[in-house]
Amino acid sequence: MLDLKQDYFALFGLPTGFSIDMDRLEQAYLDIQGKVHPDRFAHLPDTDKRLSMQWATHANEAFRTLKSPLARGQYLLELKGIDPAFETNTAMSPEFLMEQMEWREALGEAREAADEEVLEDLARRIRHANRALIEQLELELDQKGDLHAAADTVRRLKFLEKLQHEINDALTALES
Amino acid sequence: MALLQISEPGMSTAPHQHRLAVGIDLGTTNSLVATVRNGVAQCLQDEEGKVLLPSAVHYLADGQIVVGRKAHSAQAVDPRNTIVSVKRFMGRGLRDVSHVETMPYDFVDAEGMVRLRTVQGVKSPVQVSAEILKDLRLRAERSLGGELTGAVITVPAYFDDAQRQATKDAARLAGLNVLRLLNEPTAAAIAYGLEHASEGIYAVYDLGGGTFDISILRLSRGVFEVVATNGDASLGGDDFDHRLFCWMLDNAGISLPSDRDARRLLMKAREVKERLSLDESVSIRMTLERGDEVDLTIDRSVFVDITRPLVAKTLKPVRKALRDAGLDAGDVKGVVMVGGATRMPHVQQAVGEFFGQIPLTNLDPDTVVAIGAAIQANVLAGNRAAEDEWLLLDVIPLSLGIETMGGLVEKIIPRNATIPTARAQDFTTFKDGQTAMAFHVVQGERELVSACRSLARFELRGIPPLVAGAARIRVTFQVDADGLLSVSAREQTTGVEARVEVKPSYGLADHEIADMLKSGFENARDDMELRGLREQQVEAARVIEATMKALDADGGLLNAHERTALDAAIGALQSAADGQDARAIKIQLEAFNRASNEFASRRMDKSIREALAGQRIDDLRI
Repeated sequence: MLDLKQDYFALFGLPTGFSIDMDRLEQAYLDIQGKVHPDRFAHLPDTDKRLSMQWATHANEAFRTLKSPLARGQYLLELKGIDPAFETNTAMSPEFLMEQMEWREALGEAREAADEEVLEDLARRIRHANRALIEQLELELDQKGDLHAAADTVRRLKFLEKLQHEINDALTALES
Repeated sequence: MALLQISEPGMSTAPHQHRLAVGIDLGTTNSLVATVRNGVAQCLQDEEGKVLLPSAVHYLADGQIVVGRKAHSAQAVDPRNTIVSVKRFMGRGLRDVSHVETMPYDFVDAEGMVRLRTVQGVKSPVQVSAEILKDLRLRAERSLGGELTGAVITVPAYFDDAQRQATKDAARLAGLNVLRLLNEPTAAAIAYGLEHASEGIYAVYDLGGGTFDISILRLSRGVFEVVATNGDASLGGDDFDHRLFCWMLDNAGISLPSDRDARRLLMKAREVKERLSLDESVSIRMTLERGDEVDLTIDRSVFVDITRPLVAKTLKPVRKALRDAGLDAGDVKGVVMVGGATRMPHVQQAVGEFFGQIPLTNLDPDTVVAIGAAIQANVLAGNRAAEDEWLLLDVIPLSLGIETMGGLVEKIIPRNATIPTARAQDFTTFKDGQTAMAFHVVQGERELVSACRSLARFELRGIPPLVAGAARIRVTFQVDADGLLSVSAREQTTGVEARVEVKPSYGLADHEIADMLKSGFENARDDMELRGLREQQVEAARVIEATMKALDADGGLLNAHERTALDAAIGALQSAADGQDARAIKIQLEAFNRASNEFASRRMDKSIREALAGQRIDDLRI
């Protein structure tokens, strides 16, 4: 019997791994939502409604997790028993930390100067770094099976994500 | 089987029974009700053949409550007790309401939601809205000849949790079973059948009587998503009437008309505005109270000139919404026009020029939201044909979070998350031996609590005394398919389970609603009891019918022993439903829900497997 604790890859009938067929994921998600979504159960007894809500919530959470490379990588590590607690293990390479500091400084200055162009440029550089890290993560998880290196990469991605949010916030603040 | 025949007359358990379901557009200025009959969605008329119900409620000193056109005209004589545009107060505190000082009401600042003092006592906006909904429910029941299974009620896409909950409470108070709250722009898109259309970005331009809304929707693989909304809460068709009214005064040389004349002139202005949508030129002839003659002719081009700034004003929020969505006007594939004011040709022209395409105007802009809601209600009631299945995945419009130290917000569910959804976040104690923790639930995009809307506060008690930082308190947010939130918190390190459920209802607690329901039927207690009994009986019949159908299709999922047990549960529920005791039926319904849980789970399981199997067969075909 399927249950709500089942892993997300199995739920969508996909092989467990970082590399993922996005079209298949999306199709499987929509097929499942088509069966379990509360709109299909609005006229049915409460038991069915409750089950539908649980399953639709589960499917949404599973889809959200597998869709995003960072969340997917983190989830895969969790499945393999690696603690993805970012706060407790932050031994990063000095180069990465230096780069981080440099970016943060640039963000601070651009924010102060209200310089949209610099912010946009910074956003581009981070997108680029992000892409490279995702490729690296795929290699570490699917080819080398080096889970500790992968955990490190996930942590770096997490840093970049936070930075991206801050840049977006700064850009939004400039517009208003 | 004998069980099939035990049903009340008129409560057929035939499998293809058409359930009566309606869509309701609960508007700021006007409200409408629509349904799908013989496969066609149509608005239902009142006894005078009108479909628009002015959203006005008049409380009279003798205890009467008048809703609609008559109430609307009572504004002039009894403004304090005649509530119009109540939608602006739904789920809002006094300080959230703009232009309070120009309104004729006696406001009472209450916790959560503002109240209005009338000759019939203090009324909450929920109660006022319930009167409008009740009127529409009665209209629908009269016109369809039976009790309604349920209703889909539309809300603006930007409505937050408080406003949605207030709308749902109003429906409950009006005796409506809410199948779903649906976003207005999404309803308009459904009315245009866009869910069958090609994928892309669509804009819904909604210029109503007193408000303007713009929504940007994304349609992909039969799924609708609201990506951005904006608007102007004090800009609408009424402003066009007012410009024309001023022009008439100027050109007829009238400086200070009497109140009565002013009202007549304003009504005339509205009529002229409407005629100018069809004719190039309209003449205005009126005799005023003091004998002044008004004899004017206005060309459409003059009307266009004097209202051009108003049209331009609508395009500002449009630009802002596009910017929020990160899109250009050229990315928009289709523009849906909603609201009576979009009938004006120069509005259509300006919107067309802005988006570089002719907007969709072939449906009546006054009824398009109600029509879309009716189509969705028909689907939700289970009346749809299997072949036209489509899915609407909605998102929450605003982020939900918890206040943390220093007045900051920790976002738990980000905006645009697909609903239903649930997210959990762990918190811990910050003092040694701390046994209670206070939580503040907020909604909004800003980082500071003070810039967000407060939804609820609650406290978790009974945390085992531990050193600071050792307790682990998991706070779970669940948002249902209507976009409504419930929150629970639980301490989990020691296995001691302290748990609290919060269902924010903005000053209207469940017992308050129960009291209002009761007082509504005060003069007819029997009527209320009868209605309660009848509701339970209908519910029991519905549950039995659905289970019978499920057993027909999937009876094989149960072994003989389980089947006997479920049959017995059906029998018990049926006997209770045949009796006259509403409470007994309710108890049996709860027992039945427990008994049928396993069967329902197995059916859900089977249907998910089938969905995935279908997908794999498709894969093979490639």
